[in-house]
Amino acid sequence: MAQRHMTTIVSLTLLALVLLAWEFLPPALDVPRFIIPTLSDCLAEFQRMWAFEGLWTHIVSTALYTALGFAIGSLLGAVLGYLLGMSAFWEKVLSPYILALQIAPKVAFAPLFIMWFGYNSIPKLLVTVLIVFFPVLVNVLQAMRTVDRDLINLARAYNLSRLGIFWKIEMPSTVPNLMAGLRIASTLAVIGVTVGELVGGNTGLGFLISYGGGQANAAMVFNAIILLTVIGFVLYSALVRIEERVLHYLPKAHG
Amino acid sequence: MALEFRSVTKRFPTNSGEELTAVQDVNFRVEQGEFVSAVGPSGCGKSTILSMTAGLYQPTEGEVLVSGEPVKGPNTHVGFMLQKDLLLPWRNIISNIEFGLESRGVGKEQRRARAMQELKHCHLEGFDQQYPYQLSGGMRQRAALARTLAIDPEIILLDEPFSALDAQTKLLLQNSFAKTIAEAGKTTLLITHDLAEAVLMSDRILVLSERPGTVIADIKVDLPHRDEPIKRRTLPEVADYAAQLFKLLKLEEKAA
Ligand SMILES: Nc1ncnc2c1ncn2[C@@H]1O[C@H](COP(=O)(O)OP(=O)(O)OP(=O)(O)O)[C@@H](O)[C@H]1O
Ligand SMILES: [Mg+2]
Repeated sequence: MAQRHMTTIVSLTLLALVLLAWEFLPPALDVPRFIIPTLSDCLAEFQRMWAFEGLWTHIVSTALYTALGFAIGSLLGAVLGYLLGMSAFWEKVLSPYILALQIAPKVAFAPLFIMWFGYNSIPKLLVTVLIVFFPVLVNVLQAMRTVDRDLINLARAYNLSRLGIFWKIEMPSTVPNLMAGLRIASTLAVIGVTVGELVGGNTGLGFLISYGGGQANAAMVFNAIILLTVIGFVLYSALVRIEERVLHYLPKAHG
Repeated sequence: MALEFRSVTKRFPTNSGEELTAVQDVNFRVEQGEFVSAVGPSGCGKSTILSMTAGLYQPTEGEVLVSGEPVKGPNTHVGFMLQKDLLLPWRNIISNIEFGLESRGVGKEQRRARAMQELKHCHLEGFDQQYPYQLSGGMRQRAALARTLAIDPEIILLDEPFSALDAQTKLLLQNSFAKTIAEAGKTTLLITHDLAEAVLMSDRILVLSERPGTVIADIKVDLPHRDEPIKRRTLPEVADYAAQLFKLLKLEEKAA
């Protein structure tokens, strides 16, 4: 308990130090505010954005598409992962293509999607879905390959059907990996949406980054980046919470 | 008669293309209610014999009969247990014990009642809501036995169920297993590396040769207290039986 108190205190002290350095170091070093705006510059810009740039709408839009893209992408990834995990044949057939697509830089598809679907929300959603899809797919597939053979034999000996084995053995065995995949995917989802908004469109925090950049408004860019981080952080923390509840049966390393 | 192997040979395909003969021309019978152990060198096909009895795969030649019927696949007559407890970590103990009953059309309440009964038999009262990681290794094996007994199999197959335990836990667990199995009157085939364990727990011991495994001796253990290995352990004859097995397995020559 004392240990935990200690980490919190040190952590908060560190934050305070960083904020102080941010506020006072750039002016002290004569760094102009269009290069590195100070904390108070950013706060002032935040108020301005809130009042005159419709910041709230941008935040909501980005958060919504992050969540939506994450949900669709991880659902597709998990479903395909489980389907391929049940069929050694199709897994072998498709694995080189999956590998190729996994290596391909997904964000680079954004301009293509804009050419195909126009300046609307479909391209950023697609990029997000695509980028979220693979870590979930790969984690699930990997876990399906390594399910304990003896557990499956036990289930067979108890006359479970193929579907029964899936629901009662394979699915629960793979949940830890699925959750790990979802955690990675949640951090990537923010990147997907941001790139989609950067490249095309006129809403979202990604758009504010390119807009602010065009106006040499570094404080606006700073604020947008911070807000994007917050969105990603919220999604990630929610997943960690869910994971703790779902995986309650795993022994905990720290008491 | 509960279990019979008739000229059973099992060959496995290997990566090199040649076949590997795991067991060759295995013949033995286990009578109703008997406790039989199989000992033999590592890799001689003991687990293979167990898997064929459980119906996980078929013999290449010959027949495996359970209660007079050829084993065609996984079936309700056989329950098995391995060195690993194979408890499902995401289920609490009671629903782990119920696991085998779920695919047998047993109603929910009946399942719970049945599982509770086995929980008691295996001395795990009060642990029904715990998760496997909260139990010791010995308790987990007892839970696995409870799960095996819950489906009320005609034959229980045990593949080195005690080998991962420390010496004291092992002795206590052997005793508790022996008692539970004797009370339930179950036919049992125990596979083990531990010669003393075979002597302490069995009515009969099958000695298998090196791979390809085949039965080279069938020893009747003529000692009392089969249901209480801790008592049997004190008998002087136990050492003689162990020495006999030792010789049959040519352990001295191998050590030289
Ligand atoms: N599914 C399989 N496919 C191919 N070969 C197998 C398979 N199962 C067993 N074998 C081979 O058959 C032989 C016997 O294996 P088995 O597991 O029955 O031995 P064992 O007597 O149980 O050994 P141990 O005492 O070490 O557990 C081994 O050489 C093993 O490599
Ligand atoms: Mg074995």
